[in-house]
Amino acid sequence: MTEPSKTVQMALRVNRESVEATVPVRRNLVDFLRDDLGLTGSHVGCEHGVCGACTVVVDGAIMRGCLMLAVQADGCEIETIEGADQSGRLAALQAAFHRRNALQCGFCTPAMLLTAAALLEQNSKPSRDEIRDYLSGNFCRCTGYQEIVDAVAEVAGADT
Amino acid sequence: MNFQAPIGSSLPRDRAKRLLAGRGQYVDDIQLPRMLHLAFVRSPYPHARVKSIETIDAVAMPGVARVVKGADLVGVVSSWRGTHNLFPGLKAPEQHVLAGDTARWQGEAVAAVAARSRAEAEDAAEQIVVDWEELPFVGDAEVALENGATFVHDSLGSNQAFAAEVKQGNTELAFQDAHLVIERRFRFNRHTGVSLESRGLIADYDPSADRLTVYQSHQTPHQQQDLYARLLDIPEQNVRVICPDVGGAFGLKHHLYPDELAACAISKLLERPVKYIADRFESFLSDIHCRDHTVTARMAFTQEGDIVGMQVDDLFHAGAYSQYPRSSIAEGNQIIRLCGIPYRHEHYRAAVRMAYLNKSLLGHIRSVGHPIACAVTEQLVDLGAKQLSLDPVAMRRRAYLRDEDFPTTSPGGIALEHLSFHGCLDRALERIDVDAFRREQAQLREQGIYRGIGFATFVDLTSIGPEYYGEGGQHISAQETCLLRLEASGGIRCYTGATDQGQGIDSGIQQVVAGVIGVPVQDVKVNSGDSELCPVGGGSWGSRGAALAGEAALRAGQELRRNILNIAGVLLQKVPELLDIRDGAVVDATSGAKQLALAEVAQIGHFRPYMVPDNTPSDLTVTGRYASRDRMFLPANGLHVAILDVDTDTGLIVFQRYLVVHDCGRLLNPLLVEEQIRGGVVQGIGGALYEEFIYDDDGYLCNGTLADYLVPMAAEMPDIEVEHLETPTATSELGAKGAGEAGTTGAMGAVLNAVNDALTPFDVTLSEVPLTPPRILRALGKI
Amino acid sequence: MKAPDFAYLRPNTLEEAVAALGRFGDDARILAGGQTLMALQNFRMASAEILFDINWIPGLSDIHEEPDCLVIGSLVRYAGLEASSLIERDAPLLSEAVGHIAHPAVRNRGTIGGSLALGDPAAEMPACMLALNAEMVLCDANGERRVPADEFFLGLYETTLRPDEILTAVRIPKARPSQCYAFDEVARRRGDFALAGLAIAGKAEGSALHSVRLAYFGVADRPVLAVSAMAMLEGQSLTAELIDRVREAAIGELDPPDDPATPAAYRRHLGGVLVARLLGQLRERLL
Repeated sequence: MTEPSKTVQMALRVNRESVEATVPVRRNLVDFLRDDLGLTGSHVGCEHGVCGACTVVVDGAIMRGCLMLAVQADGCEIETIEGADQSGRLAALQAAFHRRNALQCGFCTPAMLLTAAALLEQNSKPSRDEIRDYLSGNFCRCTGYQEIVDAVAEVAGADT
Repeated sequence: MNFQAPIGSSLPRDRAKRLLAGRGQYVDDIQLPRMLHLAFVRSPYPHARVKSIETIDAVAMPGVARVVKGADLVGVVSSWRGTHNLFPGLKAPEQHVLAGDTARWQGEAVAAVAARSRAEAEDAAEQIVVDWEELPFVGDAEVALENGATFVHDSLGSNQAFAAEVKQGNTELAFQDAHLVIERRFRFNRHTGVSLESRGLIADYDPSADRLTVYQSHQTPHQQQDLYARLLDIPEQNVRVICPDVGGAFGLKHHLYPDELAACAISKLLERPVKYIADRFESFLSDIHCRDHTVTARMAFTQEGDIVGMQVDDLFHAGAYSQYPRSSIAEGNQIIRLCGIPYRHEHYRAAVRMAYLNKSLLGHIRSVGHPIACAVTEQLVDLGAKQLSLDPVAMRRRAYLRDEDFPTTSPGGIALEHLSFHGCLDRALERIDVDAFRREQAQLREQGIYRGIGFATFVDLTSIGPEYYGEGGQHISAQETCLLRLEASGGIRCYTGATDQGQGIDSGIQQVVAGVIGVPVQDVKVNSGDSELCPVGGGSWGSRGAALAGEAALRAGQELRRNILNIAGVLLQKVPELLDIRDGAVVDATSGAKQLALAEVAQIGHFRPYMVPDNTPSDLTVTGRYASRDRMFLPANGLHVAILDVDTDTGLIVFQRYLVVHDCGRLLNPLLVEEQIRGGVVQGIGGALYEEFIYDDDGYLCNGTLADYLVPMAAEMPDIEVEHLETPTATSELGAKGAGEAGTTGAMGAVLNAVNDALTPFDVTLSEVPLTPPRILRALGKI
Repeated sequence: MKAPDFAYLRPNTLEEAVAALGRFGDDARILAGGQTLMALQNFRMASAEILFDINWIPGLSDIHEEPDCLVIGSLVRYAGLEASSLIERDAPLLSEAVGHIAHPAVRNRGTIGGSLALGDPAAEMPACMLALNAEMVLCDANGERRVPADEFFLGLYETTLRPDEILTAVRIPKARPSQCYAFDEVARRRGDFALAGLAIAGKAEGSALHSVRLAYFGVADRPVLAVSAMAMLEGQSLTAELIDRVREAAIGELDPPDDPATPAAYRRHLGGVLVARLLGQLRERLL
């Protein structure tokens, strides 16, 4: 691409399905996922990369959906909460969150789950401090965080 | 009555499973055909005249359906005034959806663009040219009330919105005779609720039916239905407000906001669905804020450590207008009624003044006024103890209201049933060995580690009765109704006027219904958040769901149970008193032997009603209704204890331990109550340490993003131990009191006292929150 | 809070990129990790007409070693720095600093080059480059030039990078066994931009320090060296008394900006706290 363009045609995979789309270049990834693909489980909380609610998985790594253009996902493998839920890979975390009520309004929850899963992939036995550290970029206004930390620790088999 | 499981069981919530799967539906997830998106042009100035608004370029922008100015909405939507009849002296100016010739706060909307997408609406909004004439502004309540101050509203002839005083005994005399008088000036800076999901709605007006459907992220659908009907002149039976999943609310979503009403008006004007989702800039600029109080308070003591009396002067402001429909007086009014409330004392004088100034509106956020009254009282108690060389625990033990003092009416005029101050303190001392802590504290000080402990006793005025808003002239229900319907299959549908933004009141009600009737909890499905389908109720605010909607659910459950047993009695040829419902079946009350499935009863009731004599009550759709009588509030109580370290080099604070002992009467679901407490504590810690709106000398908000308005995050927050006492209220059968705000109520006081305790060796006292590192180091004389 | 309309250009090679920058440079802004730029776009505070996405250019995402230095491609993500054993071995200061940057999801996307080209005065990477005496490699259509960190950061979000240039790599002198280093920052919350931070690197021969660089961030309009404090350390062994004098000197030469949330005096004070704490750590390590 050597000439500037205002829309881009792209092909990517989202939740293990192929997607082709022509998007305005200014649309960010989370708006594209929500508004164009109907994947409303990713949420928009601040649109400046602080709250973490829009976190999605891009080529295996968690990223802020509001700090990436949709066109930058061209050729990428994207996973949102909908895909991660259906794959079953979050099942243990979801069950622990449910049992411990590690969510109230649920707005932060999909991103919190994806972030917690990313932590456990890297570090299967995180300490409470490591859990709090890793989740420190995800704002939750309801719970006070403790039950979330407990739930992640429980799944990691750590002492709670 | 016999309170059986699942009432009191720690059950997880039904709603949570959907949310965990990413299947929640928040308002921004909803798309309607032909829907337009709104963006607003907001005043960049705290006070400015709008000389003209030029829209030609904006109208021509791609995707724009309409550019709307205030004049375009004349005749479409009415104005309002944030009055309250219980406070007849409150002067409330008229407010409009879009500012007319004057903008009175930075962020006040003056025009709107409706376009195909939010991005295009923002593009066009940038092309609107407003000719502003900056006006002198008032940014401080003290300045606002000085002679010669610029008026925020010329029509009022003053910036003073309200003043009131509460008095008991004679504080002047009592203070003269007192052994010790402690006086402090406190500052509680301004913060807000910061729900992660911002405010938002879709307004869908259908002119063919004169019908307005609003999907809104809100706490009080029936209140909104009434307001939209009246202000937009639509028959109320044609207005429906649906609150889908709501991503946090905390009080900031139980008001009428001009931009949200503008969205409804524009939908009516354009006859199309209109979506407005506040972005984070708009949230910080236009959400209701709270606190911003300056309190000067004095407490008088005897030599032995009894409290003689208290004098309180609170100065605050409403922002530019009195919020609607509840008015802005409550935070100040709660403060003057709540100071000193846990303690025996006879002489009390508390005065409040509320000003108008050129800032966004202040109103009700989680725990209105309470954290301030608690922090003021508890710091004065600690300072008194220090002066009298008494241990702060012993001081409290001595000065608390005692079991034999109840029932009583506080000097601030609050009727108190039985409150468990001593029980809470006992329980806290079982968990925390204060003597051992003092030894540890002394050792740590030798190493340069400054650890402190802070106690904060609180009373929480929950579950406001109809005497407050009913008498105040607001159409806000303090009565709750629960509708139950036994389905033919034996399952139960429940409709409540309370709403659930994640607190779990749906689950609490589900448990009450299941427990009262005797069915498994999964057989009860609770529906809420729809002004058309649900019985009229107040929604959720002010820690009211469990006590009010829970009692209504109990009454409805009792009636449905009675009717089920009536039908069963006819079928079984037994008197209903010999039957019971257990685990979803009608059983013999004595033997427990199963007699009938609920489905069998329901099918008789629905399809073969002739089997039951006409005079036997056998309705399978029933309602239960509850409103308190002759009491304004249902006070709950508790105690917070914070233990933390202050880094005296950096001013940073690290929590070591946090304990809450809480008494909210009967617990419907301890798991959910504990979660409410913890979330509330962390929100309170936000106000105590982090959250503060900062304005520069020109009146501009300096920290209107989530990067510079600091909310508490996981890494810095403590684990919070929660202990329960259960002193049921005798005013209802269920005995529950509210719990949603208790965590926030005490946190500020506990943290403030702990920091001051930690800094005892330096002989400094901080009385301003948030306790930012620069404030701490300034107090220490290090900067 | 939606980004304004702009155009997008995605060069596939460095040659394409510098050629296009030559054409559009004044109206363009390079998009690397985007962890700051995207937020500014959403705020409508960045006014570029063309976003120039360099993420597709091969060869900018590698870390490789030359005899005396590490060459870190400008598109190396913070997470890549964190995971790199080369960095851990040859630039341990970076390993220590990178964990302070924001949060995992941001570190997975944000790049070292983006941070340096932006020149945020409160960011960690610019100060580390200054402490480590790194060189920035800048390319335009005519070739590359190397600019030492000392000359690269000019002011608030201002660097020597020209509109027609791309920062392609940084060259960091390899840490010798004699290297001593320390890093810390003060922030209200984990991952926040620092209220003040300090990166230290130098040589220790026995207990004597040489060429120690004290690079502060968050205390000025750019990362700054506390040069008079540095001079006091030359050839010296750390003692409590010396640390105290260095602290005084550092406080004396810092001149932080005042802002309504954070008074200058507070940042200056933190400058002293940090240098005393980090030199204290070094002293213990050198004992």
